Amino acid sequence: MKTNSTGSKMFSLILLAAGLIGLIGALAMDFSGSQNAVRGPMLIIGVVLFFVGLYFFPTLKYHRQIVYVIFLFPLLFSFAVTVIIPLLLGIGYSFTDWTGIKFTQVVGFANYIAMFKDPAFIWSIFITFIFVVMNMVLVNLFAFLLALLCTSGMKGVGFFRASYFLPNLIGGIVLGYIWQFVFNNVLIKITGGISWLVQTRTALMAIVIVYIWQYAGYIMLIYVTGLTQIPGDVLEAAKIDGANATQTLFEVKIPMLASTFTICTFLTLTSAFKQFDVNMALTNGTGSVPNFLGNYLSNGTQMLALNIYNTAIAKNNYALGQAKAVLFFIILACVSLVQVRISNKREVEL
Amino acid sequence: MEEGRMVGKAAKVRRVVLTIVGTIIAAYVLFPFYLVVLNAFKAQTSIVASPISFMGASFDQLKTNLSSVVNNSNFNFWYAFGTSFIITVVSLVLLALFGAMAAWVISRNNKKKWSAVIYMIFIASMIIPFQVVMLPLISTFRDVGKFIGISMLQSVPGIVFAYCGFGGAMTVFILTGFIKGIPYDLEEAAAIDGCSPEGTFFRVIFPLLKPVITTVTILNGMWIWNDYLLPSLMLGQNGKVKTLPVAVQAFVGSYVKQWDLILTAALLAIIPMIIIFLFAQKQIMNGMIEGAVKG
Repeated sequence: MKTNSTGSKMFSLILLAAGLIGLIGALAMDFSGSQNAVRGPMLIIGVVLFFVGLYFFPTLKYHRQIVYVIFLFPLLFSFAVTVIIPLLLGIGYSFTDWTGIKFTQVVGFANYIAMFKDPAFIWSIFITFIFVVMNMVLVNLFAFLLALLCTSGMKGVGFFRASYFLPNLIGGIVLGYIWQFVFNNVLIKITGGISWLVQTRTALMAIVIVYIWQYAGYIMLIYVTGLTQIPGDVLEAAKIDGANATQTLFEVKIPMLASTFTICTFLTLTSAFKQFDVNMALTNGTGSVPNFLGNYLSNGTQMLALNIYNTAIAKNNYALGQAKAVLFFIILACVSLVQVRISNKREVEL
Repeated sequence: MEEGRMVGKAAKVRRVVLTIVGTIIAAYVLFPFYLVVLNAFKAQTSIVASPISFMGASFDQLKTNLSSVVNNSNFNFWYAFGTSFIITVVSLVLLALFGAMAAWVISRNNKKKWSAVIYMIFIASMIIPFQVVMLPLISTFRDVGKFIGISMLQSVPGIVFAYCGFGGAMTVFILTGFIKGIPYDLEEAAAIDGCSPEGTFFRVIFPLLKPVITTVTILNGMWIWNDYLLPSLMLGQNGKVKTLPVAVQAFVGSYVKQWDLILTAALLAIIPMIIIFLFAQKQIMNGMIEGAVKG
């Protein structure tokens, strides 16, 4: 406990004063438009000194509250600056003619109307939904089969589990280029013909394959955990009742894994929806679509996330890109709400 | 008895079949890795001529490939590796420390309104996709940097700051869940012994968090190390500071179809992850499971 001596009080007050002077001085320079290089470090030192002074302030009554504030500050501050403020600004910018640096006028829903008039964007939404559904089904199917395999008592389970999981460790950019090599140089050597990545239809399938390859091992781990958590006596009882392996699987194991299925469905759904890295590295969204709603498109494999990125960064249309991103956010939020409701309902039923 | 032996035999056959199936799948999953390693030993011409066979593979060629990648001024492998390493490690340490501090305050005040509100905001923010904040994030960071005179873009501290913000919600969520399970009596006993609140946190609570901090660090670490979008936007494609994924992307962009160089670069990029995985397999897989089940 701090002593209430005048010495420590002086010390605390000096630090507080020095911190405030640094802080105010630096901010004054900021607001007066000074370019003095000293103002940055001065601001940081000011803030630190202020908090140190606050910490040493000799009060028994408020010490706990002071500690709470100091403990919360770093994370809340960085969270507010990187997530909350950009989110609010971003929603606001989507209604303006924002250029990424400034905006001159509010345009209302013009960006939102423009994006729905763009067949390339509609196509992106369309293939993203197909991609998400295919992945949700296929990743979960393969992952569940792998999990059954890994819990079936085969030899060297540890090795197999680790190998199936391995692709998940590697970042999407590197993975995408490795698979580009596989499709463009290796597969055509084996099967002949043209690379899968050339035609839009096969290129989309290629993305699905790479995605399953990357993700199934991870989802498998969650199913393995679920399967091993099924109590042994339940399986024993099923066996005594004369259930064969298939019956045990469909009437005991799968119903007992309901919550695991919810988790995995949601995980694959959101991550497939946000897919970006592999898409960029594997095809970069290229691929021709001869006739989509009467238009020729050249972004055959461009998923939503990549479409948003290209709209803003490559085509330098920040306001439109931001409006698309807001729509993207709304879709994801709806999906998440549905998921929460489903799992809550299920928990009540159980 | 005859029947028992038959069952034993059937079980053995079943086991062999399963192991063969498992091996075939493992071969498929590991095949791309095999291709990367194999072709890093070859020159461009033999890669294109026969990507699967050992023909043309030699250690000398590997050395040539490695040196032309590592010494490449466009790639600057060691610099990118070091940048990625520093960003990841500093972000992880800060996230663990600040995350635990915040989670402790939140869970010890969970009956108060402000604490519940902060917690709810953190939870709700986990559904925010990066795409919706990325463009304003860059402009905010640019403006703040100009305003206070500390460069937030194209700088390592700026990126670490951003990771603290983005990783914060998940970290607090997992840590709060764990801290709620720690009996409050422990802290009261420490307080009676004359321990200050911050002393209680650092001496009593923080050491107890070791397992859950491992989980959080693995989850954040895998994401931060492999992340491409955030560093590419903040640092720029051709900026001076590059993380490993950004460097790989820039490198491939400037050496299209030069598979000897690209695959060697890919090999260098995946080796660190594989080495860490070999040593901490169990922790990584368990951490990923826990993160998924709790998230």
